[in-house]
Amino acid sequence: MAQHGIDPTAPLTGEPTKKTKRKLAKELRTQLISFTFMIFLTTIAFISIASDAIPTGFAIPFILLLACIQVVLQLYVFMHLNERGNGWQNAMIWTGVLIAIPTVASLMLLLGIVKF
Amino acid sequence: MSYAKAQSKSAVWDWLTTVDHKKIGIMYLVAGAFFFALGGFEAILMRIQLMFPEASFLPAQTFNELLTMHGTTMIFLAAMPILFGLMNYIVPLQIGARDVAFPFLNSLGFWLFLFGGILLNLSWFFGGAPDAGWTAYVPLSSEYSGTGIDYYVLGLQISGAGTLIGGINFLVTIINMRAPGMSMMRMPLFTWSTFVASTLILFAFPALTIGLLLLMLERIFGATYFAVHAGGNVVIWQHLFWIFGHPEVYILILPAFGIFSEIISTFSKKRLFGYSAMVFATLLIGFLGFMVWAHHMFTVGMGPIANSIFAVATMAIAVPTGIKIFNWLFTMMGGRIQFTTANLFALGFIPSFVMGGVTGVMLATSAANYQFHDTYFVVAHFHYVIIGGVVLGIFGGAFYWWPRMFGYKLDEKLGKIFFWMFLFGFHLTFFVQHFLGLMGMPRRVASYLDGQGLNDMNFISTIGAFLMGVAFIIFVVNIFVSMKNRETSGDPWDGRTLEWTIPSPTPEYNFAQTPLVRDVDAYWHEKYEGDGKMKAAEPLGDIHMPNGSILPVIISIGLFISSFGFIYREHGVIWVAILGLAITFGAMFVRSIKEDHGYHIPVEEIKNDKGGK
Ligand code: HEM
Ligand SMILES: [Cu+2]
Repeated sequence: MAQHGIDPTAPLTGEPTKKTKRKLAKELRTQLISFTFMIFLTTIAFISIASDAIPTGFAIPFILLLACIQVVLQLYVFMHLNERGNGWQNAMIWTGVLIAIPTVASLMLLLGIVKF
Repeated sequence: MSYAKAQSKSAVWDWLTTVDHKKIGIMYLVAGAFFFALGGFEAILMRIQLMFPEASFLPAQTFNELLTMHGTTMIFLAAMPILFGLMNYIVPLQIGARDVAFPFLNSLGFWLFLFGGILLNLSWFFGGAPDAGWTAYVPLSSEYSGTGIDYYVLGLQISGAGTLIGGINFLVTIINMRAPGMSMMRMPLFTWSTFVASTLILFAFPALTIGLLLLMLERIFGATYFAVHAGGNVVIWQHLFWIFGHPEVYILILPAFGIFSEIISTFSKKRLFGYSAMVFATLLIGFLGFMVWAHHMFTVGMGPIANSIFAVATMAIAVPTGIKIFNWLFTMMGGRIQFTTANLFALGFIPSFVMGGVTGVMLATSAANYQFHDTYFVVAHFHYVIIGGVVLGIFGGAFYWWPRMFGYKLDEKLGKIFFWMFLFGFHLTFFVQHFLGLMGMPRRVASYLDGQGLNDMNFISTIGAFLMGVAFIIFVVNIFVSMKNRETSGDPWDGRTLEWTIPSPTPEYNFAQTPLVRDVDAYWHEKYEGDGKMKAAEPLGDIHMPNGSILPVIISIGLFISSFGFIYREHGVIWVAILGLAITFGAMFVRSIKEDHGYHIPVEEIKNDKGGK
């Protein structure tokens, strides 16, 4: 209760500490690496569709897989889901995924022409 | 706003603008009780029609409307809001918080629910209520129904948004606002079950929203998701509805389980047996609840493998449910059981709910389901779980928390008469319906023929319904005659959890000082291991409170108005829809740009309150 009156949107002043600097540098490196990696993945996705060498039956699941990897990277590297204090966000997101995947998968099967 | 200004509002304005979780809780309870009475009245009318074969008390169309409105009202406008009322009032107190995480959104959730409910019920006066059952299966609801279904779609969409907001609010509250020392595994079971039910709301309601949206697009803009002649598929609606619908029944029952856990442990004077198993079972039920929706569709023709998988998954839910039942029994074993009215409801719940669970497993046997489906057997099943579980839970919770919420105890003698009459009436009404179903009486019929052996049991069933109706009136009478018993102690039941540490009536800021929690059943721990008072986790100081706001009402009214524009779109009133949306978004805009820092209750006031008690 003590600290009301502080404006959380006020600009930061002063120099960052050594530790913070090192942390920021490290984060910059991870972000650059995963950015390059993600561009690489996107290129592969394009190539796998553009070139006729890869059959469609393989290409579609393949680019879906690449998409999933990209989503995870996006969430963890760029949207900071990997940082401490995000346990609940992680738990809820993965619970949602855990519920949505079987639901959507079985729904697709159940609505298909083939009856099981 | 200053403290003095906040205190000087007129009563009506205060209730309209309040963001206090306690007042919002009470409004949920009052509105929910009103809709409960309305839904009950609709049920009695239906039972009168079914009292005799080929009766002509109600025209068949009216019967269908009553049937639809009864189910929809009871689930969305009575059971859920009443549970939300209890959660709103009790959960922040149980975790030692001063309010929910987002008081403004809390109020918005309530008003959305209320205006959605009013919209739905106005259909009675404008061209007839919805008549396609609470499940609103297409194509009945898309191609063969009148404006009633538009009211259904838009009413549920609006109140559903309110529910979703409420659920998210509870999640954030429970995650972020627990008092120091209250780890997740020290939370009272009612808070735990609120948490799991809110998660279910978060993941299940979107399916309903999408289903209703598709139905709306189909009806209003001529989309063809469900139109077979245009390549659509009617079964999609059933899936979407039940992907929402089965978790929904657990959204209702889990909080009731939580209430019973509190009541049984308080009135057995024992710690809840197997606390962590109870938490685990709750989580497991919540998770499995998403994996069984197709058990409502065994006869649709999904195929034998699909049916078997969903049958097995459904039966699996009986395991964690059984764990809970045994834990309640073990909690009572060796305890000093007090037969208060609240505890009677808990004791009545156990056998009643087990019967509903047994018929559930029978229904889940997919081969046998071809015989049971769409007969009165299903009606008997879900009333055993919903009345025997949810409604008994609500009444038990009402008797238990009444002194906390309203500052007086309900009369125990009248309460017991009410309990026995209600329980007896309930079994009388629904027990015979199992046999009506097995004899082949289909559900959702407005009448039946003479000479088929259905007469006697239908008559008995109606008598039971009358008994429940009279019992409910006794409950309402009890509320008024008991007002004279002022309860001055904040802890009338020798309680175990934080909500009983507060003086009565509950002060606006709940806790003068945030308590420090040292064990499960925090208060009990202090009573027997400490000095009987909670340790404080902070010094006494000014308390920051949020300002009230009328904007939630305006936002909800905007949506309410715009619904009429959509419903009567063919009469060239689409501008009404635009006007309504403009009101809503205008109010949201005002909310976004207006700075609102709340106010402080000065420490002298709090000291006064403490001295005054
Ligand atoms: C062991 C637990 C349960 C099992 C195995 C079970 C199983 C089933 C099955 C298989 C059906 C479909 C019957 C049919 O239409 O042919 C059904 C219907 C229903 N159940 Fe349950 N159930 C269980 C618990 C519950 C609970 C706890 C509730 C509510 C609080 C509930 C509420 C309903 C409702 C409302 C319906 C009817 C929906 C409708 O068609 O309008 N059930 N149940
Ligand atoms: Cu179900």
